[in-house]
Amino acid sequence: MSVLSVKDLRKEYKNTVAVDRVSFTVGAGEIVGLLGPNGAGKTTTINMLLGVLEPSEGSVAIDGIDIRSDRSAAIARTNFSAVYAHLPGNLTVYQNLRIFSLIYDVPHATERIEEMIVEYELERFRNTKSGVLSSGEQTRLGLAKAMLNKPKLLLLDEPTASLDPSTANTVRKKMSSIVKTGESGILWTSHNMNEVEEVCDRVLFLSHGKILLEGDPKTLASEHGKKNLEELFITVAREPLSLDL
Amino acid sequence: MTGMNLRRAYAVFLRYMMLLRGSPQRVFQIVVWGALDLVLWGFLTKYLAEIGGATLGIIPTLLGAVIFLEFTTRAHQGTSTPALEDIWSNNLLNYFASPLKIGEYILGLFAASVVTSALSLAVLLAVALFAFGFTFSIGLVLLGYLAVLFIFGIALGVFGVCIVLRFGPSGEWWVWPLTALLSPFMGVFYPLAVLPEWMQTIGYLLPPTYVFEGMRAILLGTESPGGLLLGFILSLVYLALSYGVFALVFRSVVRSGMLSRHSAESV
Repeated sequence: MSVLSVKDLRKEYKNTVAVDRVSFTVGAGEIVGLLGPNGAGKTTTINMLLGVLEPSEGSVAIDGIDIRSDRSAAIARTNFSAVYAHLPGNLTVYQNLRIFSLIYDVPHATERIEEMIVEYELERFRNTKSGVLSSGEQTRLGLAKAMLNKPKLLLLDEPTASLDPSTANTVRKKMSSIVKTGESGILWTSHNMNEVEEVCDRVLFLSHGKILLEGDPKTLASEHGKKNLEELFITVAREPLSLDL
Repeated sequence: MTGMNLRRAYAVFLRYMMLLRGSPQRVFQIVVWGALDLVLWGFLTKYLAEIGGATLGIIPTLLGAVIFLEFTTRAHQGTSTPALEDIWSNNLLNYFASPLKIGEYILGLFAASVVTSALSLAVLLAVALFAFGFTFSIGLVLLGYLAVLFIFGIALGVFGVCIVLRFGPSGEWWVWPLTALLSPFMGVFYPLAVLPEWMQTIGYLLPPTYVFEGMRAILLGTESPGGLLLGFILSLVYLALSYGVFALVFRSVVRSGMLSRHSAESV
């Protein structure tokens, strides 16, 4: 069962095609890596999945609900965390989680907020304004907010970018354990190829708005004559036409 | 399609109340500027009445006008300020990448404005009473007037949010003075009849005009309050229009991608 189904998704601005007929799925119990150089169309794709950017063409269904026919119901089954979308810095950690538990209509919100505060090690920051947290702590708060509603589809845009190696490792383990329940799936963007290889079940390489490659991160590099995923990434970024597709 | 979720509207309201609770300077701007205006106008009119032998009604009509104008401004800014707080703290993406619907968002802003406008009105009435011995002696029609001004203020606030959504954070500088920009046409301190015809035409299209004209008529005892119903209907039309414009602007920024990169200065 797919928690995310994307068909022929396209976003065109005046003279630019940012995303060009992209189709893919994310299954329940699966972590899919969305990779590509800066400007490849990853964030544009994520924005369309979140309903804050209207596609020029194509469709997005989250947990079987078409985002165009019932945006609110579809988005209620998802959540996200991104380095560019920190929670309001003028509210405390607890206040932020309280507000977003209402927005996502979280049942038994008080208990769920407490669980998230403990799980993401935010106890001592409960009454701290989130704007004064370090970027790593803000990322943990963003993840806690993203998990409040136990989303079917979790969109993570560089979730470990500002975390120290130990915390990043903990987050990766947490995310892997979440999908193991088989109830939710994750779309994960990252520029850290070791991380991608560790956590992702499948990767999609975007280049100039198109999916250039798709496959298992553990074997994809060798299938294209490269030493590792990082070398493959560099080739996709610099000379995509040289790839043997 | 599911209906409106009041918990989500409450979240928008609660977020602003949390900001107010932890920030006396935010409460300060809600109550102090209006009171200051009232004190200035109050003493000016008192002085004018003393030296000019003005008619007995001049102080209540001017003080009443200041209170009504300030109340409209508070309703307007009470709606747009919580939205600006979301823009200043880059929260729009968090909100609109969630199940929150625009109707719920606007309802939350509306509720926040009820609280801040009521707070401001209470302070204005207290200052008017204790500093100048002024009370609104116009009977129950006062509630009707306040309803017209409040609804129109909300509509202006929603229009203000549309400007910022459409033109980016710099559009904020058009939001603050919206009520002031319209005030010359509304006959706040003078009868509409003194205005040139083209200004009168605009004035008749603005709901507060009927409130200011009606209040003057009652306080000066010249005629019975007229136009309240028309003012009320017009204010509802503006409210509906503001919601429609918000929906259109929202659609347009979702299509153009401005919503998703709203934190950047865009135009």
